[in-house]
Amino acid sequence: MLDTNIRADFPILARKEHGHRLVYLDNAATTQKPRQVLDAILNYYSTSNANVHRGAYGLAVAATEAYEAARAAVGRFANAWATEAVVFTRGTTEAINLVAGSWGRANVKAGDTVVVTAMDHHSNLVPWQILCAEKGATVRMVEITPDGRIDLLDFGRALEARPRLVAFPYVSNSLGTVNPAAELTRLAHAAGAVVVVDGAQATAHLRVDVQALGCDFYALSGHKMLGPMGSGALIAKPALLEAMPPYHGGGEMIERVWDDHSTWNMIPHKFEGGTPNVEGAVGLAAAIAYLERIGMEQIAEHEQALARVAIERLSQIEGVTVYGPKDHRAGVVPFTYGDIHPHDLATILDREGVCIRAGHHCTQPLMRRLGVAATARASFYIYNGVDDVDALVAAVRKAGEVFGVVTA
Amino acid sequence: MTDLGDLYQQTILDHNRNPRNFRRLEHATRSAEGHNPNCGDRIKVFVQLDGDTISDIGFQMPDGAGCAISKASASLMTTAVKGKPVAEAETLFQAFRDMLSGGAIAPGKLAAFGGVRAFPARVKCANLAWHALHAALQNESDPVTTESARDF
Repeated sequence: MLDTNIRADFPILARKEHGHRLVYLDNAATTQKPRQVLDAILNYYSTSNANVHRGAYGLAVAATEAYEAARAAVGRFANAWATEAVVFTRGTTEAINLVAGSWGRANVKAGDTVVVTAMDHHSNLVPWQILCAEKGATVRMVEITPDGRIDLLDFGRALEARPRLVAFPYVSNSLGTVNPAAELTRLAHAAGAVVVVDGAQATAHLRVDVQALGCDFYALSGHKMLGPMGSGALIAKPALLEAMPPYHGGGEMIERVWDDHSTWNMIPHKFEGGTPNVEGAVGLAAAIAYLERIGMEQIAEHEQALARVAIERLSQIEGVTVYGPKDHRAGVVPFTYGDIHPHDLATILDREGVCIRAGHHCTQPLMRRLGVAATARASFYIYNGVDDVDALVAAVRKAGEVFGVVTA
Repeated sequence: MTDLGDLYQQTILDHNRNPRNFRRLEHATRSAEGHNPNCGDRIKVFVQLDGDTISDIGFQMPDGAGCAISKASASLMTTAVKGKPVAEAETLFQAFRDMLSGGAIAPGKLAAFGGVRAFPARVKCANLAWHALHAALQNESDPVTTESARDF
């Protein structure tokens, strides 16, 4: 496991919550930021701020270099096909909406099928619903197995419809399931579909290699990997990006503009209309440097070890149910405790300094299949240790005391 | 520091465990649904009006369990307004809402929810049933959500 000395890099972890040490276990929602990322943003504004790609002066060149260096860093980190395969976005949600609004609008026709899974986050479901409603196409949702994996038999059946596009999460934010993304991609390609992988929950937690996955589109969020909010990227095969129409019109994305029409800039700039979030890109690059210094394999191992301990210790409490598969899972631990509503659980844990998420986790179709309105979810990251699991378990036991003994 | 006991008072724990009027009214003259999209809690309130009096009232939580605060609040609400004229129920609604936004403590057992003020994340839970009741009394057909009312 990683050394908890790492906490010294995260100023927010010095915060006291109701007199307790802050035990932050909502990392699947967003991660905290190390001083190195905060310093990079401050340094950018202190030394290099100007608008990018247009100034004819040294400062603007410095800003452009910082922005483009960040793009190269994202590309290297995920082993993108090329640097220009990386389009900066506000995050995963915008990246997927970009694919739906550009590739989808140009390629999905009436009668077509778009395949998603029952464990997709709303951000990898609702854009496809909107697209399909507009086009007269159909959303086909693939079922999950009782232990929280994508049902491969149903996935195969869904592919028989020869869908135009298949979308799935690399790692489930609600269950922690690590999906066999390369295998799913291979099957979807064999059925003639284009593949979109929601990498929001995976990119910070395991080594991502988009070329090895073989997918066509990969979406990620910076804020879930130590970077700033509002940073993120779509990584796509360059040939697809070349053929796609623009998404947002505006400055920067054009080549020449006439009275009644325009021509488009090269990729990736064609998809980056308007002044971009340069501080976000610079902060994301600093986050990537921080993660690479630790090593993605070490991070994955650390989280999985913590999740194992948490699952084991929570399961010892009578009335606790832990959801998701036994193995092939990331550091996400969803659970319920008897008839205590997860919202009440989260309030009681908060008073002990323990931050967890309670609710449907933006996966309402999944909650229906689990037969619950909501779950509590603890999710771990690099700065968490076994002492945080201890705090979690003690606080859950306290909730049991407040509500009296509860069994389902 | 506010103690957890201020939020989860015995009255609230009791009404959560044994909710009163926790049933659908087959012959309700009014009903309305409340929805808190933050947590997914949904509540349906049924009212039987006899002239200007709430002669019977019941509630259901269609997705199964609601949180302790929303369920206990709904339960206590039904006991507070049953048999009362509509105008008095609306006055209690106002008093309850005022209390949760920092005003005076509401009358009777409703005072048990005064502790919720120290837990801003839970104010919507306590208000949910009351907004549904208000909508039912106003005969509003669209479900109310905790996002459509300014003071939730």
